[in-house]
Amino acid sequence: MSDASHWSVFLNAALVNNFVLAYFLGLCPFFGVSARLETAVRMGGAVSFVMLVASVCAYLINLLLDAVNAPYLKIISYILVIASTVQLVEMLMRKLSPPTFRAMGIYLPLITTNCAILGLALFQTNRGYGFTQAITYALGAGIGFALALVLMAGVREKLDLANVPNLVKGTAAALIVAGILSMGFMGFAGLGR
Amino acid sequence: MLGKEVSTTDEFVKGLWRENPVFIQVLGLCPALAVSNTAINALTMGLATTFVLLMSGMSVSALRNFIPREARIVSFICIIASFVTAVDYLIQAISIELSRSLGAFIALIVVNCLILGRAEAFASKNTFGRSVLDALGMGVGFTVALLWIGVVREILGSGSLFGVALLPDTFQTWTVMVLPSGGFFAMAMWLLLVNWVNERAADAEKRAQEATP
Amino acid sequence: MNIPGPIQQPPTSAWSMYRAIVGIGAMCALLIVTVYQTTADRIRENQERFLAAAVSQILPAAQTTVAVVQTEDGRLEEAVETPALPVFMGYNADGELVGAVVTAQGMGYQDNIRVLYAYSFELDAIVGFKVLDSKETPGLGDKIEKEPHFLANFEALDATLTPDGDALLHPIVTVKQGQKLQPWQLDGITGATITSEAIGNILNDSANTWAPVLEKNSHAFAIREISEEQ
Repeated sequence: MSDASHWSVFLNAALVNNFVLAYFLGLCPFFGVSARLETAVRMGGAVSFVMLVASVCAYLINLLLDAVNAPYLKIISYILVIASTVQLVEMLMRKLSPPTFRAMGIYLPLITTNCAILGLALFQTNRGYGFTQAITYALGAGIGFALALVLMAGVREKLDLANVPNLVKGTAAALIVAGILSMGFMGFAGLGR
Repeated sequence: MLGKEVSTTDEFVKGLWRENPVFIQVLGLCPALAVSNTAINALTMGLATTFVLLMSGMSVSALRNFIPREARIVSFICIIASFVTAVDYLIQAISIELSRSLGAFIALIVVNCLILGRAEAFASKNTFGRSVLDALGMGVGFTVALLWIGVVREILGSGSLFGVALLPDTFQTWTVMVLPSGGFFAMAMWLLLVNWVNERAADAEKRAQEATP
Repeated sequence: MNIPGPIQQPPTSAWSMYRAIVGIGAMCALLIVTVYQTTADRIRENQERFLAAAVSQILPAAQTTVAVVQTEDGRLEEAVETPALPVFMGYNADGELVGAVVTAQGMGYQDNIRVLYAYSFELDAIVGFKVLDSKETPGLGDKIEKEPHFLANFEALDATLTPDGDALLHPIVTVKQGQKLQPWQLDGITGATITSEAIGNILNDSANTWAPVLEKNSHAFAIREISEEQ
């Protein structure tokens, strides 16, 4: 069990070491979905939910695999759990909110390959977080991811209306914005220790 | 995407520039930016990804008639995850230092959209031989792209290349380049260059077509 | 990303699904286990070599090490399997206890920092220090790894215990660069305040946890039989 306080774990995951802007995790949906604010918010929510479930499952998987001394099965177990959770979220969304489901389109199943979720499971294992720390970490990471997504979407919507040279339009502009956002988030370093 | 016959060498070459995974297809970004802060990390990550691409491409292609449609994604994920676990242990056996500096990012090769994408879009539908070429081409293209970013970031951010000091001490290193923001900027810079080259090539082609009626 | 349109195909039989999933699962499991078994020895060797190099850097007198863990009632016993933050007793060529090596970690400016430090029973002080893992800012926070005046702190960083031996007499604390007056203070690095303070906190917490236990049990571990294969 790591010594870090819950508050510092949360702040670290959400701001200081934001999953997207500091660890480069979850970039595919980040650039794919952040063009519009609405989809960005929904994607943020879906990812946060999957992160929470994945975090709890990763903790339990670790307990199980360490008990049977099979650490080499961790990677494959995490990813299978994540894939199943995403299937679950897909089915739930289709039942509960069909318009959202259609709006998210291909990006919903793509949450499976979202590095951020697997990264969450791996980091929390490496840092030896206890159960409550892991949940706080997942909450912080999800909120941080959603925050970065929403910020990015806001900027990109404005950028769409601006006079951007053809060469820079699209991904290159998004990358530059991401770089500046990342520098901005560096200002949070040292917070909440 | 292609309905006509594609020459076998083209299967390999297309991954290098025309369909470069990082700069054209914009896939596999996460590792491209995360571990490219030094050239050696970029090279190791590129080679590890190429290995997984190749092995999983071969496996998926060999088993493509054996895997039913509904079980596709799960099977691909299982296969890819196994090879990633294998490469993780292989790297640890080769060098603990390298494994430490790459951290969890070797394990993250599993969710590299590139590998799943190639398995789904190509290896599951093509012969073994073509899949090998495709995987190799994409892998080399990916490694080269990663190296471009890594070399720029290391030279500007640390004044060295592969750990060997290149620039004199008087050079004030651009520390931002080895930080996450630097990754975004370096990639943006190369992307701009690639776009510019492609645009000029497209313009030249258009003018050539208009010249000949 | 290309999304293929709906394809009319006969529904897959249960047998071929079952065959595929089990077949793939079995092959994957075989692959993973094979690679794991073949590389396990080599990986362990690498890890031991890495650790031995680190230990000999901070506790040169130690020729062999023995991993130890704390039991619930405050005693030390030999570790059966390596814990996440290993602690070692160090012995010289004659099997005499020359010191202990402790792994510690804590939150720095950017991310977790893992360090290794050597504790001397003779001097009641920390006599060696090495950074194992750090992601601190290059050019600033990463100075803790190499900056000479910072490393000079660890020639003998005081870790004396209270008379009842339950805690550090003077907590290890980081002070501004150039203001070190007491042997239990850590001279910080200008421009890397948070990282320097983090090291101070990490060492203080770890020493408070380990120094009392190590001292209390040092007699039990004082001499080590050197077996022939070492």
